[in-house]
Amino acid sequence: MFPTSLRVSAALPLALLAALAVVPFVADMAGQPFWLSFFARILIYAIAASALNLALGFGGLVSFGHALFLGLGSYAVALPAAHGFAQGWLHLLVVLGGCGLVALLVGAVSLRTTGMAFIMITLAFAQMGYFLFVSLKAYGGDDGLAVSQTSRFFSVDLGAVRPLYVVAWLVLALVTWWMTHLRASAFGMALRGTRQNARRVQAMGMQPQQIKLVAYVLSGVMCGVAGMLLANMNAYVSPSTLAWTVSGDLIVMVVLGGMGSVYGPLLGALVFLGLEEVLKGYTEHWMVVMGPLIVLMALLGRGGLVGLMQRLDERMATALKTRMAGSSANLDTRAPVSATLPAQDKPGEAAWQPR
Amino acid sequence: MAAALSTDRLVMRYGALLVTDDVSLDVRPGELHAIIGPNGAGKTTLINQLSGELAPRSGTVRFDGQDVTRLRVDQRARAGLLRSYQITSIFEEFTVLENATLSALAAAGHPWRFWQPLLASKAAVGAAQEALALAGLAELGHVPAGELAYGQRRQLELAMTLAARPSLLLLDEPMAGMSPQESRAVTQLLSQLKRRYTIVLVEHDMDAVFSLADRISVLVYGKLMFTGTPDEIREHPEVRAVYLGEEAVHGDAQRHS
Repeated sequence: MFPTSLRVSAALPLALLAALAVVPFVADMAGQPFWLSFFARILIYAIAASALNLALGFGGLVSFGHALFLGLGSYAVALPAAHGFAQGWLHLLVVLGGCGLVALLVGAVSLRTTGMAFIMITLAFAQMGYFLFVSLKAYGGDDGLAVSQTSRFFSVDLGAVRPLYVVAWLVLALVTWWMTHLRASAFGMALRGTRQNARRVQAMGMQPQQIKLVAYVLSGVMCGVAGMLLANMNAYVSPSTLAWTVSGDLIVMVVLGGMGSVYGPLLGALVFLGLEEVLKGYTEHWMVVMGPLIVLMALLGRGGLVGLMQRLDERMATALKTRMAGSSANLDTRAPVSATLPAQDKPGEAAWQPR
Repeated sequence: MAAALSTDRLVMRYGALLVTDDVSLDVRPGELHAIIGPNGAGKTTLINQLSGELAPRSGTVRFDGQDVTRLRVDQRARAGLLRSYQITSIFEEFTVLENATLSALAAAGHPWRFWQPLLASKAAVGAAQEALALAGLAELGHVPAGELAYGQRRQLELAMTLAARPSLLLLDEPMAGMSPQESRAVTQLLSQLKRRYTIVLVEHDMDAVFSLADRISVLVYGKLMFTGTPDEIREHPEVRAVYLGEEAVHGDAQRHS
């Protein structure tokens, strides 16, 4: 009805998601099989970043230890595989059960703290996981472990990059779709309310601690699924997946894309890994360029890339409104009524605004 | 008549400081019970113990005949004992309607819905709209709460409490920082709510307190000095001396109007 309904902040990420769907065909035509595994990695990290965003963006839980779940998800494939189990369903079960249980325990302890203490305690748990797998000499220890049997679902083997890509894309699309719903659902609102004012949430009759714990467990399990895909893609796992730098990368992706927005993690993963790849082509000291770029982004945009687009949308909507008010004022005395209509989109937009 | 809310020998201490000193209070069903007292008398501390945010050192709180002393805030809230805050505590990122709906939903059940939009729960939205209309915010449902003016935030604070369909309201200075016009609007709102809910009101605006309250309790240095009707309070020599000081009630009322 109104041209304002086309919002860059929603349209662009969806277009990107659609573009990612045709990467296998383009890679084929261009004869660049590398593209497929490169973009598969982006999809997987986008899933992990979306998972972190559920805790960090919606719940305000600054987990500096989500690499733990990425790593656990990876080892949940590698360890059964090392014992000859190749059934994907079994791997998935171990991922869901293992990550769910660990997230429940880690969350139950960590969520007793807030702020800096929470950041440190989640980091500590992830480091414990890191050193645990380093010390498991039977499973490669420091050197890691080849995934001898990749996950098989019926006749689909995730060890092959093409089915892996398709599955990763589907999982990301599903997760993103779910997040658009979760964000405005009763649970999503309660979780976001808890971030803003936990005391009030409890005074209304809900239990903020319980809400945070459920969010943390969901987040951990989703991150584990990303780890499962990662292990299949690399056909190799190592403790380095649990390194604290990986947790940091995930946080950067979420912040870069826009904390608390649905599409932010996807954009963040795409830009972060894309930049890394491009810059690596020029210099091995790519972090020297990447670092300032991230700082610049953080300074430029509160709300990250999505926030930037939202401001663009608002500007366009305002421009359109004034133009319409101006042009129709001559024709119709009731113009102000229609001119105020776009403003009614505002609550939706405002609800998108991460803090 | 059984009390809707009562305390029995409630004691609360911060270190050596006695903030609630052996307070036994009765709030009758359907009455508007005001709690007044000079700054630092422990009014908010008392409210916090009634709502469950603070655990008393000793004594009991009974709500609807049940001992709720050991119940958490959220448990008391679900039982119908709702509070509003002196310092406005709304969710700024949410719209006015979302604020009220979340409150209605919280009181009615659980938040474990991970797909269906919050605003699709018809019963909760209905309760929220009703509360917003009562509080005079019906037109502002779609406005982000962060954009509200101060007085409107206070109205939303009240509406959120009402949306939960409480049986008893604990209102901690609902008129704090309001302009005289806004205070009058809230006074009028409270007079409408009177009888529909049992209300415990902590308020500094003496005009409002004396025109609204069925009974008034005077708290001085954590001690319950006297409970009585507004007339009894006006005539009570000790209350006049200690709480109202040099000023007579009428003088005080004039200063506030």
